[in-house]
Amino acid sequence: MKIVMALSGAFFVLYVLAHMYGNLKMFAGQEAFDSYAFHLRELGEPILPYEGALWLIRVALVGALFAHAGSAFYLWKRANEARRTRYAVKRAAAASLSSKTMRWGGVTLLLFLAFHLMQFTFHTFEVGGSFLGPYDRVYGAFQVWWVVAIYLAALGALGMHLKHGVWSAAQTLGLTSTPRAARHAKATAVATGVVVAGGFALPPLSILLGLI
Amino acid sequence: MRITLKIWRQASATAAGEFATYDLDEVSPDMSFLEMLDVLNEGLTAAGLDPVAFDSDCREGICGSCGLMIDGLAHGPERTTTCQLHMRSMKDGATITVEPWRGDSMTVIKDCVVDRSALDRIVQAGGYVSVNTGAAPDAHAVPVPKAKADRAFTAAACISCGACVAACPNASAMLFLGAKVTHLGELPQGQPERDARVVAMARQHDAEGFGGCTNIGECAAACPKEIPLDVISQLNKDLRHAMAKGL
Ligand code: HEM
Ligand code: FES
Repeated sequence: MKIVMALSGAFFVLYVLAHMYGNLKMFAGQEAFDSYAFHLRELGEPILPYEGALWLIRVALVGALFAHAGSAFYLWKRANEARRTRYAVKRAAAASLSSKTMRWGGVTLLLFLAFHLMQFTFHTFEVGGSFLGPYDRVYGAFQVWWVVAIYLAALGALGMHLKHGVWSAAQTLGLTSTPRAARHAKATAVATGVVVAGGFALPPLSILLGLI
Repeated sequence: MRITLKIWRQASATAAGEFATYDLDEVSPDMSFLEMLDVLNEGLTAAGLDPVAFDSDCREGICGSCGLMIDGLAHGPERTTTCQLHMRSMKDGATITVEPWRGDSMTVIKDCVVDRSALDRIVQAGGYVSVNTGAAPDAHAVPVPKAKADRAFTAAACISCGACVAACPNASAMLFLGAKVTHLGELPQGQPERDARVVAMARQHDAEGFGGCTNIGECAAACPKEIPLDVISQLNKDLRHAMAKGL
């Protein structure tokens, strides 16, 4: 009995929970940006040291990312091994674009994540000048059209990943056993994808167009 | 109708296979797909050649043995079994590619015949159902709510043809498994062994080497019996409940 728990459960449950959790971290605000960035670092004080909570979150995020990518690659490998002789002709009857791009889309997101962290967290490089505060850094970067273009592309990928991911997670957790629940899960998934991609796209677009 | 067939030939499970091309000139649009293959085979036999092996039995869409991948779609372009597909669904002059189901858990025995016994072993792993034997009980001795009876019936329509596995990009058998689990799980008679059954069957599914489901939905779209995707959710729910009880 434990084997099922380990085999299917590992990717059913852990996978889903860890990644949904990781994802919710993305819903950060943008107003009062500098003070927000500062407050992040003193969150939980005095119980936790300076940057304590932030580090906890970072550790959880990295853990979630490993679990997510790990189970994704495990599923990918299993799928490949389950059909080593491919079809000469294979047509899709129902698969949505989002569902077919989960794997390469996920890898794209991972690359984007590296780019994004190097730019805004580690400051490995800066675009559009050299800046002191986070607000200026973001503001400066999004004056540059190709930075905005990269972010928009990544957000499109994220929106699609979430559209299938949220639906898939609901299905994997067994929350869609009635047609009505399935419809709601689909609607929620689409809404999540649109809201997340749209919400994140607002600041870079506004900055580029000079609205901020 | 004139049809060009590109069909998979493989002498045995261990031999390497390849496509062979055959032209058929006098195909009636009223023939079923299998009858068209019968005509092909009669011609091959008359010419002293080995006929193309394919599976079929009932030829009325209920036994599930006739699965073929036709132009990349399981059971072809219609929502039915290959035996119930007619040549009028094909274009005159078309080249049609015919392949066996592909998957390491459903390997080719000869030409287009595959070994689907892995699916049987999943059902076997489900074990027994406790029912009283002896004289047949009164029809309404065990009340079943209408909604549950309907859902069990929808799931019970599964004919184990394997189209869901064949169509799945992950080669997962979760729709099949979900149908079997939902079928008994919705009925009072299926309750005593419900938790143990789902766990044992899911374990067998994984042990057979089927892939993991990523909810793409190709299975339900390929199913000739139109079994809905929500049986997979039911399967996951039952599995979650069983695991919560420590099974
Ligand atoms: C290494 C990079 C990544 C890969 C290979 C990857 C792959 C996948 C795959 C294959 C699934 C689908 C599982 C299914 O269809 O059931 C999935 C789901 C999901 N992904 Fe990713 N992903 C990656 C990165 C990300 C990132 C960076 C995020 C968020 C910012 C993310 C958020 C999600 C969410 C929320 C789900 C749905 C939850 C679930 O079904 O478990 N993924 N991912
Ligand atoms: S031959 Fe029985 S279902 Fe097609």
